[in-house]
Amino acid sequence: MKQTFKTHSPEETRALGEQLGKTLKPGDVIALIGDLGTGKTCLTQGIARGVGIAPGEVVSSPSYILINEYKGTIPIYHIDLYRLENAAEIADLGLTEYIEADGICIVEWAERMAAALPMRCVRIDIRWEDENVRHFTVQHPVSG
Amino acid sequence: MKILGIDTSCDETAVAVVADGRDVLSNVIASQVKAHEEYGGVVPELASRKHIEAINYIVDKALTEAAVTFRDVDAVAVTNRPGLIGALLVGVAAAKSLAYAHNLPLLGINHIEGHIYANSMVHDALTFPHICLTVSGGHTLLVEVHEGWRYKVLGGTQDDAAGEVYDKIAKYLGLGFPGGRIIDELAQKGNPTAIAFPRPMRNSGDYQFSFSGIKTSVRYFVEKAQRAGTLQLPPVGSASGPDRIRLEDIAASFQAAVVDVLVYKTVRAAKATGAKTITLTGGVAANSQLRASLKTAAAEIGANVYYPPIRLCTDNGAMIAGIAYEKYHRGLRDGLALNAAATGAIVDV
Repeated sequence: MKQTFKTHSPEETRALGEQLGKTLKPGDVIALIGDLGTGKTCLTQGIARGVGIAPGEVVSSPSYILINEYKGTIPIYHIDLYRLENAAEIADLGLTEYIEADGICIVEWAERMAAALPMRCVRIDIRWEDENVRHFTVQHPVSG
Repeated sequence: MKILGIDTSCDETAVAVVADGRDVLSNVIASQVKAHEEYGGVVPELASRKHIEAINYIVDKALTEAAVTFRDVDAVAVTNRPGLIGALLVGVAAAKSLAYAHNLPLLGINHIEGHIYANSMVHDALTFPHICLTVSGGHTLLVEVHEGWRYKVLGGTQDDAAGEVYDKIAKYLGLGFPGGRIIDELAQKGNPTAIAFPRPMRNSGDYQFSFSGIKTSVRYFVEKAQRAGTLQLPPVGSASGPDRIRLEDIAASFQAAVVDVLVYKTVRAAKATGAKTITLTGGVAANSQLRASLKTAAAEIGANVYYPPIRLCTDNGAMIAGIAYEKYHRGLRDGLALNAAATGAIVDV
């Protein structure tokens, strides 16, 4: 199933993420694919809100630390492959343990581990139109 | 009292020996060890399990450089939170093994507390409470620091860390790595008022930060200029004429926006608490414009600004051994059940 959405502000992007977040269950994996500044972290903030992130938890960019963990109704693992250049570095990170865990995994720059993503993952491509307008293509797994 | 401090919270495998919380006897960081062939491992360029290959060698090197053996060491301190769990675990496992094998007290330390403590290792004049701005690739945090190393967290970034935005913008503009130093150098040759990039959350009335929007604005500006033919990336010197946009001006204007928000909120915090001391720490503390602007703005409210040398700014084991000395004297001891945690706020006052 493929759906497309268009947002006009970071707040609309968060609202879109929130709607999506409400449909997620433990074990789900979201692959985010989009260029610099397209709003991957912003969408993740919305998804986390929809999933039911614990009060006081701040969804910030994990680019430097690679993985952020948030408490909530379901634990959220926020993964960012921005700094990783090759499969060996990604393998070293031990991401399979997170993907096999009972939380929700949200992976930014997911195209860098395309081969290692599970079949069940939801793929979201983000395209930039201008400073505020973004296009989202959400692809749900065939079986889902 | 000599403490061995270990930090493996992210990219660096770092070990130091510090006497009495101040006297840095050694401060070894794996990525700076030139002859890494010596231990046959790969320099852990990125946070990963490669810490395992480096840790024993870096511990030995820290002891050798400090001219001590484990008989001279009085305690082992290790960063156990926050950070990348797989990376933290290597340091924690090493510290526990060493503490057990040599029958030494073990202390688990919060990485951020290490950064905050770094200034007191080199400056005698710090007064309490003081305002500490920690800015690096992974952190942007404003903290009120009280006597006895107790903290009140005032605010932090809601999205990207300041140093992260520097690195991403530098890469986007094709300037390379490390982004912080490259943009800082370029900015000194540019006009900081050439482009009015936004100052997100400057007037939000709190101490939170947001830098993601500046990143988007820079990209939007660059794309527009490229379409108009006034900017060419990578710069090859062919774009010329009166409309030509200089990369130096983009760098200076971007830096002005980031520094403006950081300085404004930090000084506002000092004013609100009456603190006469402001400390700057983390990798971005090396930024010349941040240092200069903060000094000027702080002077207007009669406050002094301090920052540590770069070797204590970036991730290191010395700051961990440093704060551990204070914690030891306040009775902190951890057992061999000490665990690593990905998250961990510093304890409020």
